[in-house]
Amino acid sequence: MKTKSVISVTGKDNVGIIAKVSNICAEYGANIIDISQTVLQDYFAMIMIVEIDALTLPFTDFVDKVAMLGKENGLEIHAMHEDIFDSMHKI
Amino acid sequence: MIDTKDILETINMIREENLDIRTVTVGISLFDCVSDDKNRFLNNIYDKITRTAEKLVPICNDIEKMYGIPIINKRVSITPLSLVGGCLDSDGFVEAAKTLDRAADTLGINFIGGFGALVHKGSTRCDNALIDAIPEALASTKMVCSSVNVATTKAGINMDAIAKMGSIIKKTAYLTRDENSIGCAKLVVFANVPEDNPFMAGAFHGVGEPDAIINVGVSGPGVVSSAIRRAGDCSLSELAEVIKKQSFKITRVGQLVAREASNRLGIPFGIVDLSLAPTPAIGDSVADILESMGLEICGAHGTTAALAMLNDAVKKGGVMASSHVGGLSGAFIPVSEDAGMISAVEKGVLSIEKLEAMTAVCSVGLDMIAVPGDTSEAVICGVIADEISIGVANTKTTAVRIIPAYGKKVGDSVDFGGLLGTAPIMSLRSESPEVFIKRGGRVPAPIHSLKN
Repeated sequence: MKTKSVISVTGKDNVGIIAKVSNICAEYGANIIDISQTVLQDYFAMIMIVEIDALTLPFTDFVDKVAMLGKENGLEIHAMHEDIFDSMHKI
Repeated sequence: MIDTKDILETINMIREENLDIRTVTVGISLFDCVSDDKNRFLNNIYDKITRTAEKLVPICNDIEKMYGIPIINKRVSITPLSLVGGCLDSDGFVEAAKTLDRAADTLGINFIGGFGALVHKGSTRCDNALIDAIPEALASTKMVCSSVNVATTKAGINMDAIAKMGSIIKKTAYLTRDENSIGCAKLVVFANVPEDNPFMAGAFHGVGEPDAIINVGVSGPGVVSSAIRRAGDCSLSELAEVIKKQSFKITRVGQLVAREASNRLGIPFGIVDLSLAPTPAIGDSVADILESMGLEICGAHGTTAALAMLNDAVKKGGVMASSHVGGLSGAFIPVSEDAGMISAVEKGVLSIEKLEAMTAVCSVGLDMIAVPGDTSEAVICGVIADEISIGVANTKTTAVRIIPAYGKKVGDSVDFGGLLGTAPIMSLRSESPEVFIKRGGRVPAPIHSLKN
C-alpha cells in the first residue's frame, strides 16, 4: 500500500492553477493519482491525491513548498497526510 | 479512496471551525530524582525533564505539519513535587519552581504542571512547605502550574487544607497584582483529581503512572456547535447522535496524534482526554454550543440540562474513538477562556450559582472565575468548600480556579492574554462562612447507599 497525501487548493479561480500544482508535484516526485475540482461562482476548490513514497525531500518540507506556492499565487494550498482523513472518517 | 466530501469536511473543521489538538502533554515521573541534597535534587529534576521531553516540541511541530492540524500547546506534567522534594523547605520549593521554569524554557514548552500536593486526608511537613511556597513560586515563574487536591470521595474533605488555600490564593493574587493577579490562573484546588490529566493548570503525573507517558487533549467546541446548527430543527435524540458523531471524529484525530507522538518520542501512549476545551476565539465556545442547542443565552434556565446532555454525548462518541480515555473528559466551562461565557456574565445572565450547578454535570468546576480583589479569605474558602463538596458527593472531579483580582471591583474586567482570556469580575455574596470553615478538621467521606 502506497502512502498518500491530500493536496487541497482553494481560492479565487486563476489561470493555470492545476499546471502549477502538477509542476511542483513532478519536481519533487509526488505521483498524482486523482484530481477533482469544483468552481463555485469564482471560488475554486481542487483536491488532489498524490503518492508520496518517492518524494525527493521530507514530506514536511514538501508541505512548506506547496504552501509557499499557494502564497505566491494568492491561494490556500495545503498538503496533508492521508491518515488524518482515514482516522476521522473510517471506523 | 478517500471521499472528497470527507476531505472537505476535515479541512473545513480545521480551517473554519477551530479544530485543533489543544495539548500534547508528556508526564514524567520524578521519583528517581530524589536526593537528600537540595542542589543535587534540583539538578536531577532539571536533567530528567529536559532529557525525557527533549524532542517534544520539534516532534509536535513536525506532526502538526504532517497532518495539517495545529497543536496549540506542548506541555510537561511531573510527579507532585511535594512527594519527591522531601528535603526542601519553603524557600527550597521556590527554587525548585524556578528550576522547573528553567527546564520549561529550555524545552520551549508552554506550561509545566505538578508543583502541587495531595492533601485530601492530611498534610506532611513537605506538603505544608510546598503549599506555603506557592504564592512566591507562581509570582517568580512564568510557566509553572500548581494544583492541590483537598478532598476525595473516599477520604472526605480536608477543611484545614481548604482554609489554608484561601489564604494562599489571596497571597498569590497580591504577589502577582501587577499582572492582574495572574498567579491565581495557574493554581487549582481539586477534589478527586485525575492522575493523567493533560490540561493545565491541574496536570500532574500520578503515582500509578509509568516513568513517562503521552497524554493528549483535543479541542473542538466550534466543530460541535457548527454541526448542531447544520442539523437544524431536530429532536434531542437526533441531536445527541449529531454530537456523538462529531465527538468521535475529533477524538480520532487526538488518538492519531497521540499514537504518532508516542512512536516518535519512544514514550508510551497514556490517554486521550475527551474534554471540549474552548478558547477565547469567536466560535470556539462551549456557551455557543449550548446556545445552538436552543437556549437564548448560556445561563438561562435549562442550561444545566443542555450541558448534561452535551457532556454525556461527547463521552459516548469519544470513548469508541480512542483505545484509552482518561483525564478530565467532559465539557470545560472556564469563564475567561470562552467568549460566550464572558458575554453571558456581562449580560448578567450567568451567575456564580448557575455555574456551580453546571459543574455538577460537567467536567472540572468553577474555572477561571475572577472576583473582587477585596473578597475575604473566608468567602473564597466557602466557594471552594461548596464546589469540592459537589465533587465528593457525586464521585466526580471538581476544582476551583478563582482569581480575587487585586484592586478590581464588580464591573471591571481583567485581561490575561492568550488562551487564558479576559474575565469580567463576578459578584459573590459577602456574608461570611468563617466560623464553619475555621472549625477545621475533616468532613467525613459520604455514604454510598441510601442515595437520593
